[in-house]
Amino acid sequence: MSFFGRLKAGLGKTASRLTETITSVVKKKKLDQETLDDLFDALVMADLGMEATEKLIKDLKSKRFDTEVSSEEIRETLAEGVAEILEPIAIPLQPDAAHRPFVVLMVGVNGSGKTTTAGKLAELWQTEGKTVIMAAADTFRAAAIDQLKIWGERTGCEVIHGEPGGDAAAIAYQGLEKAINQNADILIIDTAGRLQARQELMDELAKIRRVLEKKGVGAPHASILVLDGTVGQNAISQVKAFNEATPLSGLIVTKLDGSARGGIVVALAEQFGMPVHAVGVGETKEDLKPFEALDFGKALVGLTEHIQ
Amino acid sequence: MFESLSEKLGSVFDRLRGRGALSEADVDTALREVRVALIEADVALPVIKSFMTTVREKAVGSDVLKSVTPGQMVIKIVNDALVDMLGPDDVPLNLNTAPPAIILMVGLQGSGKTTTSGKLARQLHQKEKKSVMLASLDVSRPAARQQLRLLGEQAGVGVVPEQDNDTPVMIAKRAIEAARLKSSDVLILDTAGRTTIDTALMAEVKEIAKLAKPVEILLVADAMTGQDAVTTATAFNEAIDITGIILTRADGDSRGGAALSMRHVTGCPIKYLGVGEKQDALETFSAERMAGRILGMGDVVGLVEKAAETIEAEEAERMAKRMAKGQFDMTDFLTQLRQLKKMGGMGGLLGLLPGIGKMQKAIKAAGIDDSFFNRQEAIILSMNKKERRQVALLNASRRRRIAEGSGTSVQDVNKLVKQYQDMAKMMKRLGKAGGNDPAALASMFGGGPGGEAGAAPGEMPDLSKLGGGFPGMGGGLPGLGGGFPGLGSLPRPGNKKKKR
Repeated sequence: MSFFGRLKAGLGKTASRLTETITSVVKKKKLDQETLDDLFDALVMADLGMEATEKLIKDLKSKRFDTEVSSEEIRETLAEGVAEILEPIAIPLQPDAAHRPFVVLMVGVNGSGKTTTAGKLAELWQTEGKTVIMAAADTFRAAAIDQLKIWGERTGCEVIHGEPGGDAAAIAYQGLEKAINQNADILIIDTAGRLQARQELMDELAKIRRVLEKKGVGAPHASILVLDGTVGQNAISQVKAFNEATPLSGLIVTKLDGSARGGIVVALAEQFGMPVHAVGVGETKEDLKPFEALDFGKALVGLTEHIQ
Repeated sequence: MFESLSEKLGSVFDRLRGRGALSEADVDTALREVRVALIEADVALPVIKSFMTTVREKAVGSDVLKSVTPGQMVIKIVNDALVDMLGPDDVPLNLNTAPPAIILMVGLQGSGKTTTSGKLARQLHQKEKKSVMLASLDVSRPAARQQLRLLGEQAGVGVVPEQDNDTPVMIAKRAIEAARLKSSDVLILDTAGRTTIDTALMAEVKEIAKLAKPVEILLVADAMTGQDAVTTATAFNEAIDITGIILTRADGDSRGGAALSMRHVTGCPIKYLGVGEKQDALETFSAERMAGRILGMGDVVGLVEKAAETIEAEEAERMAKRMAKGQFDMTDFLTQLRQLKKMGGMGGLLGLLPGIGKMQKAIKAAGIDDSFFNRQEAIILSMNKKERRQVALLNASRRRRIAEGSGTSVQDVNKLVKQYQDMAKMMKRLGKAGGNDPAALASMFGGGPGGEAGAAPGEMPDLSKLGGGFPGMGGGLPGLGGGFPGLGSLPRPGNKKKKR
């Protein structure tokens, strides 16, 4: 399935609901305040958050208030508004060849999809002809190391690991040494899931970063927050806290193949301008796709017929 | 940090508190704020609307009791409506069936099904003395079955062995067979994460449900879920008639939104909360406590329970006796510090304390975090045994030595000593009052950050500036042994029956 197809299917639920709402609220020909209020609610229900929603509605109001509009036109305007917010932050992750190895640190809360995303990134870069090493620094969750090892087998890249319960920072460091010795292009470090409210776990993450920095090769070159597409406003707190522990290069938003909406991305863009590197749209190793602002905006508001 | 619902509502009600009478306009002002706060807390919009209607009906035109302020009245109405909507509490698992009673765990990817399956197995086995068997039907995620096997081994329960090329349906059949042969009381079927729009996987879970006839189908959902909570809960409920909800990551800083939404749209009770990464971090649900948290009244019950579980009862009794005699020394102080750390440090504890939402920032600004306790610990550890027993020995040169030994400054040592003295004083008072002196208790738990809180970077915060009111900061926090009089009589871990 194409990216659009998947995203379309993925955002389908949201899109259809938003579409339904948009279609159902636009009964009157002229765009009045009541309709705007209903549209406001519809956007909030797609997790866009208050700020971004207010901005989009204001924008719509200034352009079309008291004029005759079709639901189609409203969708176009909203999609463009969303795309405008997202355009500057749709920045793919390009490993810088000047750094060898280019070190990528995967961080996030529990269950957001870090390990799966690490595997998908490994696949992406291996197929581009780069040599990738992965380090299993999630020493906490049962079988997390095994999970990454299986991704290693699938993608044909080496996995550095220790014993369960071992020191995560030590594994990260060993991974870095190994990647340097083997002259690998890229090192992906998978870390344990941690809730941002748990300060001691965030401190542990900061320690992993510091240990990597000590090697003096500029690592980590990219710290990626893996964000569950179904998460609501808590994503804002996640971005803040993780960015404090290890300055983030951007986000990868996962599980957009579901009824997930990912509308929170708009709220995050509005508030932080945090880049979105890619989106996860499925469970297989090819299911990591670049993030396209306009397509995302269109899918979100249900302009699916324009997406082919 | 994300402004929590508690803080939001706190500021709304602060404004209400100043007024004389509860007018319709007051109610509407408050409710507008409540609406925004609920949206920001990820409560789904349709749920908010229904909630608002209920609250408004009750609030407008209701008599304001003489003894309460209008603000308190609204808080009570909002609180009651929340409790109503979130409850009931402590709904036990329904295991009344010919064994094995089958529990089917379902949910989205990454919601925490496998971890929760392990926790549930552990709880049923170790606390309720059931023979439990676990089976993983997750053939999608790499190493998912290994993960469940490890968790099963840790919990000391049986796990259905993995076989290559099994389909989930085949594993389910094999698991039921195995559970019957072993006459297990309970069989927990952990399934692969699935999105509700994946028709093939939804059909598969329906087939499994049909085949296994589970007595419980538990939807495992992330407490941080956004507006999607409604979609997911509705879709699972329509497909396979779930019987309950387990909310995971309830120990994070997102509060209540998803719980309220899912409870409302499915009509199914929330049976458990996942509250940590360890395998014993599974709690029964209390609507009162959840609503209290949402409204910023703090989870006092949770705090007491946590204290009871963490602090060894005997240790607490021993300490209480020493306190009563005024024998509280630095070693006791150290013990209390360590217990405090064990209870989850500041992060874990603060969320449980009443009215702490707003204070959290002040505390952060004052530089009080977990490293603060580490420094305090270091200072005490740099004292010799004699000094720990007789604090009066600490003259200037000893204090200098201790500061150097612990990598702190003499001022830091002075502050610690002052704090110790304040605390010892309070302990004595508490001891004399038999632990029932309301004034002493109030000074430990009541009040807010009285003085201005602030410490230069790198400097050890002066806790006395926070005002004695902050629970135990001025001299009480580590004093949980004393702060909770009669801890020995509190329910012990593993025997947690709540009275209410």
